[in-house]
Amino acid sequence: MEILLQQLFNGLTIGSVYALVALGLTLVYGILHIPNFAHGALYMMGGYITLTMMTSYGFHYWLAILVSMLVVGLLGVLMERFIFYPLREAPPIHDKIAAIGILLFLEAFAQFVWGADYQMMTSPYSQVINVLGLTFTLQRILIIVAAIVIMILLYVFLKKTFTGSTIIAMSQDREGANLVGINTHKVAMLTFMISGALAAVAASLAAPINLVFPGMGHLVILKAFVIIILGGMGSIPGAILGGYILGFSESLGATYISNDYKDIIAFVLLIVILSVKPTGLFAKGGH
Amino acid sequence: MSTIFQRKNVIIAVILFAIAFPYLTDNTYYIHIMSLAFIWTIAVYGLNLLAGYTGYLSLAHAGFFAIGAYSIGLLTVKAGLNYWLAFILAILITSFLGLLIGLISLRTKEHFFAIYTLCVGYVIYLVIDKWDSLTGGVRGLIGIPAPANIGPISFQTPVSLYYLILFFMLLAVLVAYRIVNSLTGRTYIAIRNSEELALTMGIDTGKNKLVVFVISTAFAGVAGALYASFIRFIGPEVAYTTVVFDLLTFLLVGGIGTLTGPIVGTLLIVWISQQLQFLQDYRMLIFGPVLTLLVIFYPRGLVGGFYAWKMKREHKRAMKANSAKSSDSAIGAKDQVKEG
Repeated sequence: MEILLQQLFNGLTIGSVYALVALGLTLVYGILHIPNFAHGALYMMGGYITLTMMTSYGFHYWLAILVSMLVVGLLGVLMERFIFYPLREAPPIHDKIAAIGILLFLEAFAQFVWGADYQMMTSPYSQVINVLGLTFTLQRILIIVAAIVIMILLYVFLKKTFTGSTIIAMSQDREGANLVGINTHKVAMLTFMISGALAAVAASLAAPINLVFPGMGHLVILKAFVIIILGGMGSIPGAILGGYILGFSESLGATYISNDYKDIIAFVLLIVILSVKPTGLFAKGGH
Repeated sequence: MSTIFQRKNVIIAVILFAIAFPYLTDNTYYIHIMSLAFIWTIAVYGLNLLAGYTGYLSLAHAGFFAIGAYSIGLLTVKAGLNYWLAFILAILITSFLGLLIGLISLRTKEHFFAIYTLCVGYVIYLVIDKWDSLTGGVRGLIGIPAPANIGPISFQTPVSLYYLILFFMLLAVLVAYRIVNSLTGRTYIAIRNSEELALTMGIDTGKNKLVVFVISTAFAGVAGALYASFIRFIGPEVAYTTVVFDLLTFLLVGGIGTLTGPIVGTLLIVWISQQLQFLQDYRMLIFGPVLTLLVIFYPRGLVGGFYAWKMKREHKRAMKANSAKSSDSAIGAKDQVKEG
């Protein structure tokens, strides 16, 4: 029972990180219908920038995260402007390849600047807490709480503010949004900004319990793709739900099936889903 | 007619150069690099048939490459089969797995297909990496034999192995050429340009896509099997996604959807990488942006760019000739009027 509870808690932690990454990915997909393969690289950059801010400049953890969100967000905007915008009329195979090019570049860049070693990020919240015979580190609780706060903020922003609703409008109908006077270029840039910031915050939160290294985005991005296919490409609630489902199934699978093969669970899940429903669960009409 | 002869001459010259190559250099390292480049070329031709001509970007090809490599490795090292029997079986195994995966993955389209195959590739990698008892896990598979003799011909020296690989590479190019210049090739292009339209015209898109997927995986299998017996050692990293990204870079630089693109791109990038050895892990600092910039500005790579430039030049020349002719005839007409 204790093991189960402990694993459920772990699942909740991993699920929160997955959900944040998947949210960024699904927002971009909803707006531009691009599967951004470079999103994992943004995640990795987020981790490194937070780490650098803390070690080299002595910034506080939260301040470092904030800087990282801004920088990676801007990186996202640059990507949209210089790469995806010129390719908007190109066949769909092109922006996938372009995204892979960015991914390769950013990974090599990180290795060039920060080296290939695995690095530890020390967070100020490494205390261990005992509740009802279960042991938590404070960082894990922080991940869960921070993820929920961010999701609520994002929800309020998208639903209650004017700027937020332009994003929703554009994901529903790009031309329609253009017709009613929404500047779709600005919205696209804003979406990439948010997407990059979400990746950065997810990486910075997860880094103290994992490690920071150039390939840290590989598995996360693949799993984020699994999640958004699970939850419907472009669907925001789907990304959150899918993130938690994957988090739980992985931590339970690692305990009760096999720790070696826990990374396969996500992909087997995806292969099963796409085999049964080639357009993903909850696919929206049209795309 | 003269252009056809020219093209034929160029091809013959290139093949002659490839045959003479081991005698032009004493450096066995160069022969090694060239052989390796030819092996990659085979895989890239396979990827080109699928991604370039049919428009389905498969990111699982490193996985199929690894299946070919591991099949021949396991069949010769662990099962002790005859080399050439194992070679044929390795290709059959790869194609069969390609058929199974193709059956499911081709139900998806565009983005879903890319993501699906990326995940399939990753699953293949994880299985090879974790299935210690069969594949040797991270330690890899050691002691894969070189190709066995065929009659009196032995493949123990680097030069003879080079010729064997060259033979398979030329065979791959020939097969790709025959496919692309046949009705089947036209069918694939029709599917790439618009699947709905192809379907409306009565093309069985499902069957055609499956066939090209299996052919494409068979190419990857041949390349993998050759790679295993050329390097004599394989590890799980041959299945990793970086390998498929490499293949994609070769294809993109050369020209996706062109017949000469794969060989031009692969040879060029492999040789440049050799020259930039000091960069090693950082070579993607250059190739990453190159990939992105090419897709934006030269989506059909060097070969596609070259053809576009040539067509433009010919068009200009034709325009000039036309206008010269029309002005000539105008002058002629004036003269006639005067005379009249």
